[in-house]
Amino acid sequence: MARVSPTKKEKKKTFRAFLVELGFYGIFVTGYFFLVLHFLFGWLQNLHLHHVKLYALMAIVLIIGQAVVLESVTTWLLRLLRGRSE
Amino acid sequence: MFFPISNSHISPIYLVVIGFLIGILGGFFGVGGSFIAGPALRAVGLDWNFAVGTDLAHIVGKSVVAAKRHRALGNVDLKLGLIMAIGTMSGAEVGAQLIQMLKHAGNVNFVVSIVSIIIYVSISTFMIWEAWRTLQYQKKRRPRAKIPGTAAKQDESSFSHRTAAIQRLKLWPMISLPASGVKAISLWVIVVVSFIGGLFSGFLGGGAGYIRMPMLVYVLGIPTHLAVGTDLFEIIISASYGTFSHAVKGNVDILIALVMNTGAAVGAQIGAISTQYFAGPKIRLAFVPLPLIGVAIVVYTLVTGHKL
Repeated sequence: MARVSPTKKEKKKTFRAFLVELGFYGIFVTGYFFLVLHFLFGWLQNLHLHHVKLYALMAIVLIIGQAVVLESVTTWLLRLLRGRSE
Repeated sequence: MFFPISNSHISPIYLVVIGFLIGILGGFFGVGGSFIAGPALRAVGLDWNFAVGTDLAHIVGKSVVAAKRHRALGNVDLKLGLIMAIGTMSGAEVGAQLIQMLKHAGNVNFVVSIVSIIIYVSISTFMIWEAWRTLQYQKKRRPRAKIPGTAAKQDESSFSHRTAAIQRLKLWPMISLPASGVKAISLWVIVVVSFIGGLFSGFLGGGAGYIRMPMLVYVLGIPTHLAVGTDLFEIIISASYGTFSHAVKGNVDILIALVMNTGAAVGAQIGAISTQYFAGPKIRLAFVPLPLIGVAIVVYTLVTGHKL
């Protein structure tokens, strides 16, 4: 089983980059809470009460859609901060 | 933060942190993490039905992130995942029907608790034994030259002779799984494995990664890293099905799941990348405590009569 062991220097670099990434990501997520989720609250509550099947469908679309966007954002941040080595 | 759908007040920081921790576990081990997320949501006052449904929705999002990352690392066998979807869906339905039957019989909690304890303890015991034996075997042998690239995906298991016997079963139709390095295996073996995974998902809840991941390794002979990635792909299917079903019954607060998912997105990436630094048997050995955490939760529930 061949695994590539990172050196201490690489680990330190990766950890520092991760902390910077968390900072960027934290700002992004805070903005997301207030801008996007705030507007979704009323609409989703209405769907939940009156159109439950549409709500169920939207729940899956939203969670998968958000996951794809967040994965792209975190991958972009990883590349930006750690170069092409990831 | 007020969540109107479930009528609850929960700190978003708490949700992000829980999502982050479960994301790491999911990305590294290929499990949904429902045995932690459910009790964690319950602990902040969410009703049990909302905890179960919302947890499933969060598992979908986290598994999408982790599976995408594993796919980028070449750890997802899409052909296998798509074939398994058939067995997973039908198994989940049969598991849910079994629960309904037990509900009518009036002893659902006791039966499910006992079955889950037996299954979780058996998985942990078997994986300790197998991973330990494999590691001992590797230590005794002369170290091999390290080969970067595709060789890193190869895996070893002291159970491999049994796996080879299963792969030799000539039950038509036989198919090959080139991405996983399996030359020929009966389609029926894959369907049965995925059916059992789906059955446990429907019967015990969650994505059932705790049973599907070991079966992928030991029964189908999939290398551990690919088993983790492919299992996550399966969890997307089974948890999406569960989410829709629970949402129609009014048991999903999608806003809570969306907030949890912001933390899980980072955690799942870290977990998935971390698998690159560990050999298959070590990942399997580290997996052992996860089903035992499930046992602790079930025993607590049985003894005290309270759900965590």
